Formats: sequence, structure tokens, C-alpha cells
Amino acid sequence: MIYRENGQFKTSYTADQQIFTIAQDKIFVLAVIAFAFIGIPFLVDEYLFRAILIPFLILALAALGVNLLVGYCGQITLGAGAFMAIGAYAAYNFFIRIDGMPLIVALLLGGLSSAGMGILFGIPSLRVRGLYLAVATLAAQFFCDWAFLRIQWFTNNSSSGSVSVSNLNVMGWSIESPVEKYLFCLTFLVVFALIAKNLTRAIIGRQWMAIRDMDVAAEVIGIRPMYAKLSAFAVSSFFVGVAGGLWGFVHLGSWEPAAFSVDRSFQLLFMVIIGGLGSILGSFFGAAFIVILPIFLNQFLPALGSFFGIAISTAAVSHAELIIFGSLIVFFLIVEPHGLARLWSIAKEKLRLWPFPH
Amino acid sequence: MKFRSLALAASIAAIGLTSTVATTSAHAQAKEQFFPVIVYRTGAYAANGGPWANGYVDYLKLVNAKGGINGVKLSFEECETGYATDRGVECYERLKGKGATVFQPLSTGITFALTEKAPVDKIPLITAGYGRSESQNGAVFSWNFPLLGTYWVGADVAIQHIGKLAGGLDKLNGKKIALVYHDSPYGKEPIPALQERAKMHGFELQLLPVAHPGVEQKATWLQIRQSKPDNVLLWGWGVMNSTALKEAQATGYPREKMIGIWWAGAEPDVKDVGAGAKGYSALTLQHGAEPGSKVAKDVLELVHAKGQGTGPKEEVGSVLYMRGLISAMLGVEGVRKAQERYGKGKVMTGEQTRWGLENLNLEQKTLDGMGFAGVMRPVQTSCLDHMGSSWVRVHTWDGAKWGFSSDWYQSDEKVLRPMVMLASGKYAEEKKITPRTPEQCKQ
Repeated sequence: MIYRENGQFKTSYTADQQIFTIAQDKIFVLAVIAFAFIGIPFLVDEYLFRAILIPFLILALAALGVNLLVGYCGQITLGAGAFMAIGAYAAYNFFIRIDGMPLIVALLLGGLSSAGMGILFGIPSLRVRGLYLAVATLAAQFFCDWAFLRIQWFTNNSSSGSVSVSNLNVMGWSIESPVEKYLFCLTFLVVFALIAKNLTRAIIGRQWMAIRDMDVAAEVIGIRPMYAKLSAFAVSSFFVGVAGGLWGFVHLGSWEPAAFSVDRSFQLLFMVIIGGLGSILGSFFGAAFIVILPIFLNQFLPALGSFFGIAISTAAVSHAELIIFGSLIVFFLIVEPHGLARLWSIAKEKLRLWPFPH
Repeated sequence: MKFRSLALAASIAAIGLTSTVATTSAHAQAKEQFFPVIVYRTGAYAANGGPWANGYVDYLKLVNAKGGINGVKLSFEECETGYATDRGVECYERLKGKGATVFQPLSTGITFALTEKAPVDKIPLITAGYGRSESQNGAVFSWNFPLLGTYWVGADVAIQHIGKLAGGLDKLNGKKIALVYHDSPYGKEPIPALQERAKMHGFELQLLPVAHPGVEQKATWLQIRQSKPDNVLLWGWGVMNSTALKEAQATGYPREKMIGIWWAGAEPDVKDVGAGAKGYSALTLQHGAEPGSKVAKDVLELVHAKGQGTGPKEEVGSVLYMRGLISAMLGVEGVRKAQERYGKGKVMTGEQTRWGLENLNLEQKTLDGMGFAGVMRPVQTSCLDHMGSSWVRVHTWDGAKWGFSSDWYQSDEKVLRPMVMLASGKYAEEKKITPRTPEQCKQ
């Protein structure tokens, strides 16, 4: 009843090409963004900011990048962690080696370096596809692990191999408190999500999807596979690289290559698969599922135990967390193989008919 | 049907959230000194993290059984990291809000991440036997306490020991010493100190990194077989140590020539190898396996006998158990010292505890009284020295148990102090920290 587009007439092509063609959608999304910017800083405590919201925002950005490549262009990748690492280390080097380098420029340059490497490691995609490509991108992961552990120059000759940054500020606004960090990451995410959404609606996104659905047919209708695939690698790596920079600079503050290990690559790929391939919204759902659920379980299980008067040991909680988390992944994949985003759109369809389904 | 399960899930989630919130506020209300316990009982390093955590928690229970710190009872909560830095940061944020006194993360990677956060939150960080070596300089690292020893101390003493066995440090000239290390900040820490010593004595240092978690070492030991170093230093953790010993056995490298750091010298490292590790020595962070010590007996009597023990009874007194126990003791003594200044019987804040840790003075008499006779030597910290002591012994595995095989060593301050000052100065410059002056230290 509330969610119905009756009476909303489109009188121009511009109106027809809006991101959200239904007024309720538009209002809802704007309200969510406004709440995230204005409401949350007043409502949430430091723990939620630092331990949950900031990692969620950053990994959502990374998942968005991976989704552009895997979900929209159909090129499976296991090297996302590597591109995060490239983004983080490149941004670090730009930041400390060039005096007075602005933070945002450093992060974007980190993203650009990552995009460059993405193109390089994307070249095999022109020849191999599917699982073989996944293996080829895994090479990026191992190469980066090796490079950032071994090549001292990247870590500014730090004896321990760990690098750190501090005194972050943007045009005099110093990013110290959790709220400031949160707003900083949120701004990045909103801007990048808008870019991603528009990219996928534009010619380039349509090319990616054509390649994904059938590359031979796409080539026949005049899409250059090299351009489409490599641009997908570049854009995706750029997003992931910026997310990597934020992860190092804003979330951890001090990091080592282990922060971007192959586990991170798998985690990002799972986010995209669980959230929904080829869906911007799905990236957010996937990131929320993977970031928040384990932490929630970790705190919820002891609480549940004490509710029934049972003390659960730390190790048992940690094992149970993995078991439940794993079974939930299997459950969701069976119930809805198209990801959480699909569940969301089914809910919307139902809501349109409510309360008179026929 | 679907709605019902959804509603069920939502209500369970709501219960979970409210109960988490409820426990948080309960902690805040109680007048207890809260000790966060960051542990890893699962994951690749669980075999070593477990005993440490049990020792840590058992000591807190022991203090409570004896009446607390001047009447202030201790409360604690564990948080599992699985040795992952991001989970460690999450644990830190979670437990920080509950009024944490002092953090001991037992991971060099997490220590590096928390070093950036501790000054902001004003919570001290004890890293007994690990962490950043240059954080010994308390003028720059006001909140880090690498008590009892750093990796540079370990590296320094290891070379002293090798020199002594060879008949003098001058005999090291032309020799070859290999470092087999865990490829992480932990394993890389000793390299600068070893390089310094290599320059002084003219031995060749061969660096052999092993990737996490350290089960794949075939190539490393092949290299050792080819280059035949005179000694091998083992800087491993968890399964890497036992794997290294097995590989040494397989390649026929004499275990007598291998020396491990204190994290590579506990029961889980050698137990599986058994007789194959006979003759292998490791440095000790003052203590070895001390099942006969009074404090271990106290734990058995006052904690385990009442059914409150954290781990298995047999573990009490083992090397890593003792390490955890001593780490907890250092934190507790920091609070006790702080109470002397800020009021006995009160709950100390992180800032007050920091003062206590910085002015720690554990004399032999005090330590003996607490049951650490024969286990530890005196520890005295100051503003400029957050380490407090650098006593190290070497113990050797005889196939069944660890036994001390050397006298006490101390690191050479003439070698290490300039390195600490240089590295911490570089850190201060990078972070734009003004080192504290002696006057500021007195406050």
C-alpha cells in the first residue's frame, strides 16, 4: 500500500533514467544516507564505530570493487587482497616520501597504482577464463605477499616489516576520533558507490555485462573484449586499492602484509557471492554479513550461555562461531543462490502487492 | 512459516544485543580492577597460546583467592583473536570500554597496531618478552612496557652464549650463523641487533625466513644443509618450532648447535619431537619450567584444588604457563605500585597504572615473598627504561624435560642502548612525538 508507484508519471527521459525510478526508493535511500551521516554519530558508541562500522564501511567499499569485476564483468578473482595491499602500501609510500602529500590524494594515488597492477594481472583474462583465471589472479596474491615482505623499500626499510601512519588530516581537519574516521570512510563509500552505480548503468557497465553473459556474442556486436575486461580490472582494482588504503590508514593505523593475506581475498569473494553477484546493494549486504556476524556470534554466544546459566569457554565460543557462520553461509546459498540482494528484491516485489497478493 | 522463523531470529538477535549491553553495564558498575585477557586458544598458534592464557588467568584468580590487591578484587574477560591483527584490534576496542587496566596482546603484530592506539586511550601495554624492541625507551613510548626483555636482548644474549661456547666472542670471526625466523614483525625484530653484532665480531649472518604458519620448511633446511652454518638461531612460534626441529633431525643438523628464542623453548615445541630434540637449547625469559616453585604450588592449592583452575592441572608450571603467570603478575604489581601513590584499596585507571608500571621496583625479597624464588630476578623500571631487566638464562631439552644449562646473562647495554635511542628517535620524528624530559617523567 505504501510502496506503490501508482500516480508517478515520468514525463521526460531524464526522469526515466533516474537511479531510483520509484519515489519511495529514492526517499528511503536518501533517508538512510542522511541517517548514516547525521543520526549515527550521535547514537553509537566508540566500540561500534571502531570495531564494527569502520571495518564494515571499508570492506563494503572493497566488496563493491570486487563485485564490479566478478559480478558485473564475470571475471572471477582471488587477488583482491593483493590489490588492497598494493593500494595500502602505495598510498603509504606516497604519503611518507612526498612531503606535504594530502591524505586523499595519497589514497587515490594508491588506488591508481592498484589499478595499474590490476591491468597487468588482468592480462591473463584475455586468454583464460573461469577457474583458470581464478588461479591466475591468485598469482597476484602470492606475488604481493612476497613483495611486501621482502622488498625493504616498500616498507621504508622498517626493521620489523611493519609500517604505520599517523597525524592524518584533510585540509586541517584532523581525523583522530572514531566519529571523524567513520565520517571520512562513509564519505568515500557514498561517493564510490554512486560512481559504481553510474558506471554500471553507463556504456562501460553494459559492455561488462555483455562480456559476462557471453563474450563471443559481445564481440560479435562490436564490444572489444580487451578494453572491456581490462577496464573492469582497472576500475575494480582502483576501488579495492582505495579500500586497502583506508584499511591500513584509518582502521589499523599500523599493518603488515598479513593484514592483506589470501584469507582477505577469499573473504571479499565470499562477501560478493553471499551478498549477490552483480548488485551494488549486495556488496553492502555481503560485507555486513561477513564483518558483523562473526563478531556478533562471538559476543552473543557467551551471553546466551549465561542466560541459561552455562559458562562457555573462549575456545568453544570461537569454534562455535566458525561452525554457525559456516552453516549460515551454506543455508543462505541453498535458500537463495542469488544472494541476499535477491532476497531484498523479492521482499520489495511482495511489498508492492501487499496487502492484496493475488 | 517464513514470517515465524524471521520473527524468531529477530527476537533471538534482540536478546543477544540486550544481554551484551547488560553485561557491559554490569562490568562498569562493579568496583573491581578489570583485566582484559587477549588470548588465542584456537588457530595455528593455539598450542602455545593456550598455556600462556591459562597461566595469566590462573594468576588473576590466585590474587583474588589471596584477597585481591589491597582488597580490590580483580575481574577479567577473555577475548579470542586467533593471532589475527584485525580481531585483536576488535578485542581491544571491545574490552577497552569495560575499564581495561592494562593490555597484553601476546602478538607482535597486534602490539604494533595497539601501539598507535594506546596513547590515545591512555591504557598501558605490557609486552613481556615481545613487541617493539625500541619501545624500551619510555621517553618516546610512554605507554609500552616490554618488561623483562626484548628481541634485541634475546639476539644479543644468543650471540654472547654462542661466543662463550666457542671460547670467546673473538672466536666468532669468520663463522656463519643462520637465523631461521617467522616471516612477520615478530621474526624480523632481532635482525638489526644480530647485524650489529655481526659487524662487531665479523661473523656472517644468514637470513632464512619461513612463511606463516611455518609448516613448510623443506627448502629452508635444504639451504642450511648446503651452507652448513656453525649455529642456527630459531625465531619461531607455534607449529613452526616443532617443524624446524623435525626438519633439523631429518637433514641431520645437530640440535646442539641450535638456539631458540624464549618463544621457541617450551614444552609444545619439543614434546612431539621428543628425543629428536635432545640437546636443543633455548633462551629463557628468566624462568624456565618451574613446577617446583612456590607460586605454582600456590596456584594448585588455592585455585586448582577448589576446582577453579583454568587449564589442565599438569600444565601448571610449564614454560608458557609460567610466562603467562609472570605477565599477569607484572600487571598486578603495576596496579599495586600505583595504589601506593593514588590510594590503597582504590580501583586504578589506565593512566595511574602506567605510573605504577613506570616506577615498578620488584626486589628479590619481594619476589621471593610472592613465591618467585629461583624463578625471577629483580625488575626495576624507570621513565627511560621500560624494560626493567634483561636477565636471560639458557635451558636445554634432555629428551624429556627442560633443564638450565647456563649461568645468567645480561644484554650488553653498550651495544643495544644506542640502537634503542636511534630507532625510538626515528619513530618520534615520524610520529612527531616530543620525547619526555626527565622533569616531565617525575610527574
